[in-house]
Amino acid sequence: MNMSVIAYKKRLQQLQPLIALFLLCLIIAIFSDRFMTMTNLWNVMRQISVNICIAVGMTLVIISAGIDLSVGSILAFAGAVTASFLSMGAEIPFFGIYIGFTPLGAILVGIAMGGILGLVNGWVITYFKVQPFVATLAMLTIARGLTMLWTQGYPISSLGKEFATIGTGWFLGVPIPVWIAAIVTVLAVFMMKKTRFGRYIYAIGGNERAARLSGIKVNRVKTLVYMLSGMLAAVGGILVTSRLDSAQPNAGAGYELDAIAAVVIGGTSLSGGRGLIMGTVLGAVIIGVLNNGLVLLGVSPFWQQVVKGLVILIAVIIDRSQHKDKK
Amino acid sequence: MVSLKNITKTFNGVHALRDVSIEFPAAKVIALIGENGAGKSTLMNILSGVYADYEGELIYKGEVIRFQGPRDAQDQGIAIIHQELNLIPYLSVVENIFLGRELVTSWGALDVAKMKALAKELLSRLKLDLDLDIPVSQLKVGECQLIEIAKALLVESDVVIMDEPTSAISESEVNALYDIIRDLKASGKTIVYISHKMKELFTLADEYVVLRDGQLVRQGLMVDVDEQQLVNMMVGRALGERTYCQERVTEERVLHVENLSLPHPAKDDMLLENLSFDVYKGEILGVFGLMGAGRTELLETLFGLRGKPASGSFSFDGKNTSFFSSPNEALRWGLALVPEDRKSDGLVLGMDVRSNLSLSVLSSLEKLGVLADIQEKELCRQYVERLRIKTATDQQQVGSLSGGNQQKVVLAKYLATHPKVLMLDEPTRGIDVYAKGEIYDLIREQATAGLGVMVVSSELPELFAVADRILVMCDGRITKQFKTEEATEESILQAALPDK
Repeated sequence: MNMSVIAYKKRLQQLQPLIALFLLCLIIAIFSDRFMTMTNLWNVMRQISVNICIAVGMTLVIISAGIDLSVGSILAFAGAVTASFLSMGAEIPFFGIYIGFTPLGAILVGIAMGGILGLVNGWVITYFKVQPFVATLAMLTIARGLTMLWTQGYPISSLGKEFATIGTGWFLGVPIPVWIAAIVTVLAVFMMKKTRFGRYIYAIGGNERAARLSGIKVNRVKTLVYMLSGMLAAVGGILVTSRLDSAQPNAGAGYELDAIAAVVIGGTSLSGGRGLIMGTVLGAVIIGVLNNGLVLLGVSPFWQQVVKGLVILIAVIIDRSQHKDKK
Repeated sequence: MVSLKNITKTFNGVHALRDVSIEFPAAKVIALIGENGAGKSTLMNILSGVYADYEGELIYKGEVIRFQGPRDAQDQGIAIIHQELNLIPYLSVVENIFLGRELVTSWGALDVAKMKALAKELLSRLKLDLDLDIPVSQLKVGECQLIEIAKALLVESDVVIMDEPTSAISESEVNALYDIIRDLKASGKTIVYISHKMKELFTLADEYVVLRDGQLVRQGLMVDVDEQQLVNMMVGRALGERTYCQERVTEERVLHVENLSLPHPAKDDMLLENLSFDVYKGEILGVFGLMGAGRTELLETLFGLRGKPASGSFSFDGKNTSFFSSPNEALRWGLALVPEDRKSDGLVLGMDVRSNLSLSVLSSLEKLGVLADIQEKELCRQYVERLRIKTATDQQQVGSLSGGNQQKVVLAKYLATHPKVLMLDEPTRGIDVYAKGEIYDLIREQATAGLGVMVVSSELPELFAVADRILVMCDGRITKQFKTEEATEESILQAALPDK
């Protein structure tokens, strides 16, 4: 086989999820006339944006041969922190001083919180050599508990018009969350393809020992990856909070599974070293469209879950068979 | 009992065994000897059913047979005790001994009582008094090795193969093992005994079989030979090209180690003891040692993989420093290690040639935080050309290259860091003769360019081909230093053999 045929085959394989998405849209559009309306499509995109932010972070983690189960809880915590700072400000103990926060200030604090929790994940994983699954499972519980403590179990609402714009507003005819997801995607694609850091993530996931022997500071890179994942989860949390104009203590429960599903459907290998950000974005879009379509077609919620599970399985089986074929 | 007729086995076109015919008679202990890479393991793997694809015939109990896997060989009465331990750490002693051959009561439950009784009997034959219920992870290495032996004895075998069974056990345990071997022999079994320890062989064995470069050198009776003759048979090949202290070797010391000691992480033992040596610019220093001599530990310590426990003093490029604490630090100072196992340590197999090659110098290829494609391609082109790496494009997956070319990619990756000292661990393992020659040339080129080079090898011809000076290690110590022109294979092997 000459090189151009190989390249062509590869190109075709990369297009496969796109073709699947197209077919999916076609089928839904045939059976539901509401699917192809602009209102519905923008709505779907707006919903997908949150999962894209989380799933992009998850992709980094999974390419580094790890996993992050804590993103749903971190999302809730970051949302709660942002909301409380926005609505109540912060009190500096012993001085009786209250500081008010602008939306931007509160958002930065929320993202920083996500980053800190992610940093803790990374530190536990690299310093104490705890498996990522276990470390982030613990963080899943801890961050959820912290959220409950922070909110006392009640939603924090009425966050102001300005803040609500982030989740519900439009810019140049496109919903703002879609812009944010697009920016996150572009930055992540650039990072993975064009920077040393991205290359290191692939190398560590592919062969951690060889990466270490090549002089890569493996622990530092891995810690940063979990920190980024936490920060992106926080971005998702801010989008969710803003759209609902309320921080829900149980927000984001189970989102980690949707994110992992998007990564997997996008062709990233759970064993690390291989995967593309764009694949994950496509995976998230497929899941979002599927969710929307099933609702529009009036499929019962019980069946929706079964169908979603089957789609994940089929995607992975196809990917696996192609990968074997390459070897 | 067993005989091999014209056995030939190749791996990717490289001969591991070539037309070997051997008789293993019953009621005899046969010593199988040869240097590393002589073909001993391959031979054992054929005998014990691991490899089923070989040319030639295996005749067992008068019939031509081809085992379909290790279990088949076991069931037919060939037991092998591997040098590496195959125990499951969290299972108990009994569970390990009976793994895969559990005894059950008539209604299907495990017959623990019976297994324990049998295990106890087996272990008492080995003079081993152990709590049968503790997990083997709590046992000492020597005890684990004896349990491996017990496992093999459990199955009534006619042929017992032992691969360096005494490498980790104490004197008294060795004596218990000798008794067992004599018992086995008396009951008519064939024992194939692999060891580097000459004393053991002369105590135990009736016959010897010497392999060299995949071929049978000679089979004969132990009483007819002495140690020196056996060593000569192991090494006595026509020597290839030899290098002598070249004029490229300078007086300028680039690496200096004094009294390096490294304690065993778990046991009260030393992995390295009081090593002192120097490497000079332009010099190729060879380090020779048999399995377990501490070669890899030495390189790992220097390269910063062993961290704090190492003691001693170290200076690099004229500056005193502590031993490096990470590969990152070592590379920044200018010390590079080309690791032994290129697949697990040297390469990211899923990435392409270019990404592998540039991995350790990416920071120098950055402009304003962005990787410069053009520079990266250019770097890659240079090294592909200079090292004559055969690859279709630099975007070919590195895993699809031949062993020799993979090794060159690893070498290129570390040369790209512009090291002052280059260490190579078994630089030609598993690659063909032609590629070997190319690697040797590249190693010499580096020394000519003024690098200090350390080549660690278990193959003497390799060291004779490239080294100016040879250090010999045994049991974590440097036992001798030779200038290559003054060394003979015999004298080196004498210094490397333990237990004298």
